[in-house]
Amino acid sequence: MTDGKQESKRPANRARRPQSKKPALTPEIQKQIGRQLRNLYTGVVQEGVPDRFTELLRRLDAQDTPKDS
Amino acid sequence: MILAAVPRLRAFAISLTGSVDRADDLVQETLLRAWTHFDSFQTGTNFNAWLFTILRNLFRSDYRKRKREVEDSDGMYSQFLPSLPEQFGNIELAEFRTALAKLPPDQREALVLVGADGLSYEETAQICGCAVGTIKSRVNRARTRLAKMLLIDGAEDFGPDAETAAVLSRDAVD
Repeated sequence: MTDGKQESKRPANRARRPQSKKPALTPEIQKQIGRQLRNLYTGVVQEGVPDRFTELLRRLDAQDTPKDS
Repeated sequence: MILAAVPRLRAFAISLTGSVDRADDLVQETLLRAWTHFDSFQTGTNFNAWLFTILRNLFRSDYRKRKREVEDSDGMYSQFLPSLPEQFGNIELAEFRTALAKLPPDQREALVLVGADGLSYEETAQICGCAVGTIKSRVNRARTRLAKMLLIDGAEDFGPDAETAAVLSRDAVD
């Protein structure tokens, strides 16, 4: 049942499910989203620089300024 | 200087591609491009933002190419997800990642740059080549949609049927 073609023009509100009484985006939930987003992101950032990139930039450097190496 | 930017470039690239391998290839391409086009970088402007812009543009052109080959690009994104590192082994986070993957690419990148990397709306707008207001509304819609998905997943009594899930993941093709 994918009639997405017609709907894609208008990101219709009518496609949304009937809302529960609580608003979805409470400050608490917003905080949680931010925290998990940063967890996910910093998890990768903390892996540091994989060897392939150190090596790549070393080669580029050497290529560029042959006298220095 | 470039080397210091690599961790953030990787994090951004993984959020775009959903695959560590593709992300690392994208970062490599970005570094090469930055290296050979360094003269087009304007001193005094944000160097990281410049690199993010290159990476995003490379991803976009690649993505368009792939999209022609593979119709269901969202499906493709989520199929890569299991290959992401399981450094947290945390169900909550896994759920969050799945929800994030269901966001439209425009909303996801805006949310990641602002909410995870901590760039300003202005910098993000510059990277994505659109107005600041557009970024603000994308970030808002992304948050709202995530909240809905996470709430729905957490409450079994009104769990989503397949159709709702499909609508949620595709109704904002703007």
